[in-house]
Amino acid sequence: MPFGLLKYGLGKDYPFEREPDLPATPTLKQHYDVVIIGGGGHGVATAYYLAKYHGITNVAILEKAYLGGGNTARNTAVIRSNYLTPQGVRFYSESVKLFERLSNEFDFNIMYSQRGQLTLAHTDATVRAFRQRAEVNTHFGGRTELIDPHHIAELVPTLNLNPANMPVLAGLWHKDGATARHDAVAWGYAKGATQRGVELHQLTEVIDIIKEGDRAVGVKTNRGTVHCRSIVQAVAGYSAVLAGIAGFKLPLVSYPLQAMVTQPVKPFLDPLVSSSALHCYVQQTSRGELVFGGGSDPYPLYNTRSTLELKESLIAHAVEMFPFMSEMQLLRQWAGITDMTSDYSPIMGLSPLRHYYLDAGWGTWGFKATPICGQTMAELVANDGKVPDLIAPFALDRFDHFKQVNEMGATAASH
Amino acid sequence: MKILHCPLNGPRNISEFVYGGQVKPMPNPESATDTEWAAYVFYENNSIGVVREWWLHAPSSYWFIVERHNGSDTILRTYDPSELLSNPGMVSLEDAIQ
Repeated sequence: MPFGLLKYGLGKDYPFEREPDLPATPTLKQHYDVVIIGGGGHGVATAYYLAKYHGITNVAILEKAYLGGGNTARNTAVIRSNYLTPQGVRFYSESVKLFERLSNEFDFNIMYSQRGQLTLAHTDATVRAFRQRAEVNTHFGGRTELIDPHHIAELVPTLNLNPANMPVLAGLWHKDGATARHDAVAWGYAKGATQRGVELHQLTEVIDIIKEGDRAVGVKTNRGTVHCRSIVQAVAGYSAVLAGIAGFKLPLVSYPLQAMVTQPVKPFLDPLVSSSALHCYVQQTSRGELVFGGGSDPYPLYNTRSTLELKESLIAHAVEMFPFMSEMQLLRQWAGITDMTSDYSPIMGLSPLRHYYLDAGWGTWGFKATPICGQTMAELVANDGKVPDLIAPFALDRFDHFKQVNEMGATAASH
Repeated sequence: MKILHCPLNGPRNISEFVYGGQVKPMPNPESATDTEWAAYVFYENNSIGVVREWWLHAPSSYWFIVERHNGSDTILRTYDPSELLSNPGMVSLEDAIQ
């Protein structure tokens, strides 16, 4: 052992200056180029790409609680691109590609792990829909194929192939499917953004949007008033509430989505597994815990309470898929508020207010889009509202022209 | 289990009921423009406060009205839709009860 190390081991002082990954909340200035409302994954990713690719660093992220404490912390960390529509597949594929190199880019481990995602079909209709999804995905360069029950049994030997007397007929095997530590994604983006000069203001709540005519020019917060050139709203479940403050309506309904996690066990489950008929998705985290979630609550609500009904039904479905789970202890259970659109696609781009940009409608599928969302929203803001082609199909005015992008068939659970 | 008081069947488990959307005034389908119709179909007043909603008691196929606080999940009042339909002014009150 080098004796130099022993010297440090016995010394009282740590030999290097320790830079914290994130600076403390600075004083709020009166003017910024860009204000981003919402310090979750999408908001900090937007700030990061604004600073990195567009040289815009006079940016404030306003977060009413703490960094990544909303749906960024509450999702089940599934990354995949096996959607149904060409618009959706193109968009989410870009996100998967960005996720693959994030740890290197940040120099911060997001624990990205590409283990593949398997969706089970229990009816002929689902098998037909899976065939279409596999074709659309392959066409756009993704790795998705239809596999038979023998292949499924090889991939996941612990899976019950006849859950709830609904035999598994086939599986949609998505090799690009992955998981990552969701908190670390927000932390990595925040670290990269603040290092480039972006200010992260935690415990800073937006109370009002200041307008001049049809143009947004600033925000009032609990820490003072800020003027800016552009505003981005990325507030997930509370999108409609904030839009209401800004003076317009969004075609969103907010539902709670509940999920839970068990005690950690030895690694046994490599792919992420979901069942289309049981409305349940299960994955084992890098720490060994089983995370599982299902469909949204049956009626709209702005409340993250837990219900016994959902615990009962979700656990029943998870135990049908993996019967030995009945022996396991539940560790935690939680809910997040999801802002659902009627076509299950997001709302990105322009709003009725000039210089006020929307990143909303992320319902239950927001985490997997974090990188590409940040990149396209940054491009939109930097180009003064010129909408990037990739997000043009997700414009708010698609609802007024009946041009929805129907992703309903492509979700892992009922939603 | 959460209990919802059905005006026809009395207090029942909430799992017997199906949410049917907010009460909102329907524009005349014959004369409404595409934008008006889209606004009616897709846009809801998704703010936090007291909301007036359609609910269905599924086993008896009975539709009724629920007034509920969507922040605290408190059910304030349930009643037969005849009360609403006999008083057309109430339907357009959607924004006023916030």
